[in-house]
Amino acid sequence: MGQRIRLEVVTPAGAIVDKDVDIVNAQGQGGDFGIMANHEPFLSTLRIGTMVYEVDGKRTPMMVSGGFCEVSGEKVTFLLENAEFGSDIDVKRAMDAKERAERRLAQAAQKDESINRLRAESALQRAVARLKVADMSKVAGM
Amino acid sequence: MPSLKEVKLKIVGVKKTAQITKAMNMVAAAKLRGAQEKMEAFRPYAAKFAETMQAVSSGMTGQFPLMEQRPVKKVALVVFTSDRGLCGSFNSNITKRAVQIAKECVAAGQEVSYVCVGKKADQALKKTGAVRMSYPGIMGHFTMYDARDIAKYVADQFLNGTVDRVELVYSRFQSIVMQTPTVVRLLPVQPVENAPKMSGTYECEPSQAEVIETLQPLYLNVQVYHAMLEINTCENAARMTAMDNATSACKDIVSNLTILYNKARQAAVTNELMDIVGGAEALR
Repeated sequence: MGQRIRLEVVTPAGAIVDKDVDIVNAQGQGGDFGIMANHEPFLSTLRIGTMVYEVDGKRTPMMVSGGFCEVSGEKVTFLLENAEFGSDIDVKRAMDAKERAERRLAQAAQKDESINRLRAESALQRAVARLKVADMSKVAGM
Repeated sequence: MPSLKEVKLKIVGVKKTAQITKAMNMVAAAKLRGAQEKMEAFRPYAAKFAETMQAVSSGMTGQFPLMEQRPVKKVALVVFTSDRGLCGSFNSNITKRAVQIAKECVAAGQEVSYVCVGKKADQALKKTGAVRMSYPGIMGHFTMYDARDIAKYVADQFLNGTVDRVELVYSRFQSIVMQTPTVVRLLPVQPVENAPKMSGTYECEPSQAEVIETLQPLYLNVQVYHAMLEINTCENAARMTAMDNATSACKDIVSNLTILYNKARQAAVTNELMDIVGGAEALR
């Protein structure tokens, strides 16, 4: 087993992950990245999307939004406004949210001024990320 | 002297009131514990955020839209209160403080408007006619999303130049018996001074400037959310103290009334005796 890096996921509701992991993969605004032990100090803002960490070959996906990732020393910290495990996700609700967002975007495309495009877009991204995480955890048998 | 029945009814009524205030006191105590836990849970997040903000911003001299210093003509006060009353002078202390600041600003030739968070702020400040935006009824159950809405609103107002300065007016929880109204500058974002020299050690993605630009609005959310948590905790602490005072005041009233009741009873007994004695005397 190689070296591990400490992963901390902190949200306004408290720290939800605090353990040593082999690798963390996340989607930064500048592109996707993976972090392993002895990474250089690094800071990246995150897109709404998925974050996956791996311990002993077991992958745990999470849906993340609104935050950033910081690597310093032997620690990687995710500071997020919202983070959810696959088991926390309500698939039905996410599906509904996705449909709603898509409908809104379609309306926005037809120059409907009442639709907040940015908001609908991020709602769609969130819903898609949730569905993806739910799917990934189902595959992992969790 | 009031009649026996009247006093008795009054005693029963006051005792009922005491029951209610006692119950409210206990509910507030339970809620306070929850609120404090929420605050505890938020602390590591806020601390880490502030630390990172400092680390990235140190050495950055570039101008960011949210940091723009303009001559201040219009000030917005974001006033946080609870949604419900019955918590002593808690809410009025905050609104009083807000009005006082508003006066100072007006004296300095600035225009003042309010953003009210919590129903009581809205009720108290409505008559000033300067309420720009109001978020009543969200303090009972709020999340980071609510904080984000508020932060986004004020940030937009700042960016499009409708306001030049934004202050948060809320109460800071010091202890169960001590809540002090405080004022915190939200916008423009204050440049970080004498920050630890950490810049340059970070590899930033996409770029340091872009990272800061993304983090600044999030930092506003953090501050607004923090204020909401503080208010929530303070409200319950204030209500607990207020209800405790009310309960002991009820007890005092009951004991006074009981004395009065006993006096009235004795007076009645004496009267009756006098009647009997008087009657017996007359028959002799």
